Amino acid sequence: MFETLSNRFEGIFKGIRGRGKLTQTDIEETLAEIRLALLEADVNLDVVDSMVARIRERAEGQELSRALNPSQQVIKIVLDELTVSLGGEAMRLSYASKPPTVVLMAGLQGSGKTTNSAKLAQWFKKQGRHPLLVGADLQRPAAVEQLRTLGEQIDVPVFSETSRPVRVARKAIKEANRTARDVVIVDTAGRLAIDEELMAEIGDISSAVQPHYTFLVVDAMTGQDAVTMARAFDETLALDGVILTKLDGDARGGAALSVKEVVGKPIAFASTGEKIEDFDTFHPDRLASRILGMGDVETLIEKAEEAFEAEQAEQAAARLLEGTFTLEDFLEQMQQIKKMGPLGNLVGMMPGIPKEARDVEIDDRHLARIEGIIRSMTPAERIQPDIINGSRRLRIANGSGVQPTEVRQLIDQFSQMRQMMKQFAGLGSKKVNPRTRSKGKKGKQRRGGRVTEKGPAKVPKMPLSLPGLEDRVGGF
Amino acid sequence: MFLVVIVAVAALILIGFSWYFLARDRRLERRDPSEVEAPDQGSVVVAPSAETAGPAPKFRDRLGTARSALGGYLGSVFGRGAINEQTWNDLEDALIRADVGVSTAAEIISVVRAKAADEGFDDASQLADLVKAEIVSRLDGFDRSLSLDVAAAQGESGPAVWLFVGVNGVGKTTTIGKLAQRQSVAGRSVVLAAGDTFRAAAVEQLAVWSERSNVEIVRGSKGADPSSVVFDAIEHAAARSAPLVMADTAGRLQTRTNLMEELRKVRRVADKGSGTVTETLLVIDATTGQNGLSQARQFTEAVDVTGVILTKLDGSAKGGIVIAIHSELGIPVKLAGLGEGIGDLVDFDPVEFVDALFT
Repeated sequence: MFETLSNRFEGIFKGIRGRGKLTQTDIEETLAEIRLALLEADVNLDVVDSMVARIRERAEGQELSRALNPSQQVIKIVLDELTVSLGGEAMRLSYASKPPTVVLMAGLQGSGKTTNSAKLAQWFKKQGRHPLLVGADLQRPAAVEQLRTLGEQIDVPVFSETSRPVRVARKAIKEANRTARDVVIVDTAGRLAIDEELMAEIGDISSAVQPHYTFLVVDAMTGQDAVTMARAFDETLALDGVILTKLDGDARGGAALSVKEVVGKPIAFASTGEKIEDFDTFHPDRLASRILGMGDVETLIEKAEEAFEAEQAEQAAARLLEGTFTLEDFLEQMQQIKKMGPLGNLVGMMPGIPKEARDVEIDDRHLARIEGIIRSMTPAERIQPDIINGSRRLRIANGSGVQPTEVRQLIDQFSQMRQMMKQFAGLGSKKVNPRTRSKGKKGKQRRGGRVTEKGPAKVPKMPLSLPGLEDRVGGF
Repeated sequence: MFLVVIVAVAALILIGFSWYFLARDRRLERRDPSEVEAPDQGSVVVAPSAETAGPAPKFRDRLGTARSALGGYLGSVFGRGAINEQTWNDLEDALIRADVGVSTAAEIISVVRAKAADEGFDDASQLADLVKAEIVSRLDGFDRSLSLDVAAAQGESGPAVWLFVGVNGVGKTTTIGKLAQRQSVAGRSVVLAAGDTFRAAAVEQLAVWSERSNVEIVRGSKGADPSSVVFDAIEHAAARSAPLVMADTAGRLQTRTNLMEELRKVRRVADKGSGTVTETLLVIDATTGQNGLSQARQFTEAVDVTGVILTKLDGSAKGGIVIAIHSELGIPVKLAGLGEGIGDLVDFDPVEFVDALFT
């Protein structure tokens, strides 16, 4: 099987973690593994070599010999270097003092320009801006229709006409001024970096609209060529940043590392799914720790922040820990969580989840099924599921279109979870150190079987103060 | 399965909870990007040289860039004189740069190394033919024709079905458009099935192609079950005794289990009615790196891929991953996309492919 970078590192570090001291052979072995892992993740060869050299230098230097725990030190060094290569700080957008702020989208065919133009428009909307989408891809059949459909979905106007791309773009700026749109996003046709004619055309578009931001849309699955391509676009357009797409596949990382390192342009946004909302500003440190199998708590918290009603969540969590959490609460919270995006993506961001569990795909249709079952219950049943007998169960099953056994299954598993949470609360309140905590985890695993192991395994980490990278490295 | 969801939801509630206590501190630190004051900044536009290139759609010509890039690396290796350890490292690096992949590159090098030792070669310039021959041998001996033979695929009569699959943005719809044109010119009546009911305007895109090449298209409503669209297209073709149905599908990442399941269903349903699936063609973008192997593997597992179509080979990407797809999975590249024109989809020729890479 193809191994992702993060799985790969998990394997490497498992080997080092047990031992206190690293020998020269250890270091060489680790570096060789890191090199291989990065290359298999499509990081550009030159980038890999310079990165490995930097890691070697630091690993062999004083830094390591003075360290109390050398293996943790190596992990920290790798993490640091990954973060540096991915771009240091997140890119921040500013707006033109005289609107509209013009954004130009460029890239190869099929990298996802049209879809991400719409995603970006939605993002601007969330920032309180009023974007205008411009369909300047007059080449691909139905590209403008695609943009119009997406524009309708997010309620953003789309400007286009059948003339020439440069003309469309120029008129779009006037249109934006006329209709008081303060951000203009120009979608262009896909083009190869070596196609001089089309590169000249996009150069003309750029001169015509004088974009404040020019983004190169890069497919996360791109191989070694990412660098060549990014360099060529940068020469023609003076790029400001990169939008990394299709990051939800199993090829996460490579192209991002290369482009930033070689072209020196930050990755501004990342697209992590097919839905419009699966799009966010890119956080290098987060991706670095995600690559290293450390979860992505920051993003998760940020999503939670947007979705949850503060008081409700607090109450629900308190009841959850007390063991008085009802199906009614569950239903309510589930609605909030649905706003955060596909459950599977969220689970992937949680730290401390074993790789096997992360790979289990959670189908959001299961959410709908659970919702259906709970909604078919009376309020009394939701609060006290114990009263559900055979005939009630049948009624609920009929109401939600499932089998009675599924209703029973849901209720059983729900109370199992409630039990688990209660136990966990008992542990948490005693301020246990990590060791006792992991003991408690084992105890619960025994009762729950394969899947339950997921819950306790990640839950003890949640209420901890938000760990900075250092902390996470320490607890690794 | 419920349990996973329940536990995940519970964990997320706890996250919401822990956030509640941390929010205040965080809010102070957080910088809202929209609040940052903004000086107007214009970007510098470097005017590109406006040379116009008008190459004929020939395999070798279109691979020109790939050739010069890889040829550049290899040229410096081969021209270096005596063979030493550095030669082998550089050779391996050159292959890695062409997206051949670390393990395949290492295999190729070790074979070439053994042969070079047998032959008693000591000059790097002698290695070029050896490397070329080794790669060609890995691509050799595959059937690259597109089958219309319904009987060979355990079907009875009725139309042959070519199913096009792949990740998002590789060029499935465009490829079908070009191929439909080819078939139509060859006098074969083709029915297109607009099975990408997910992406906005995908159906319209295919419809434009069907008009261009004057072939029929069967479409469903947006969001319709793709298998039913494909089924309808097959029945439509059978009723008019059209020999071929080309079925488009929505792009999907191979890691999305439920979408792959949907694809399995399309394949099953396509075989169920009057038609028979004779080709399942995986479209891969030449810019794809090592993930291409993962794509080939997972799509094959789901729908039994019979061939690869390598698109966008006219760019600077080299498509080296297909070597591994040939040797590890035994799936040949059948067609190559060399440009945006309707005639730019050509039969894949391994000797030309390798030749062009090394000339």
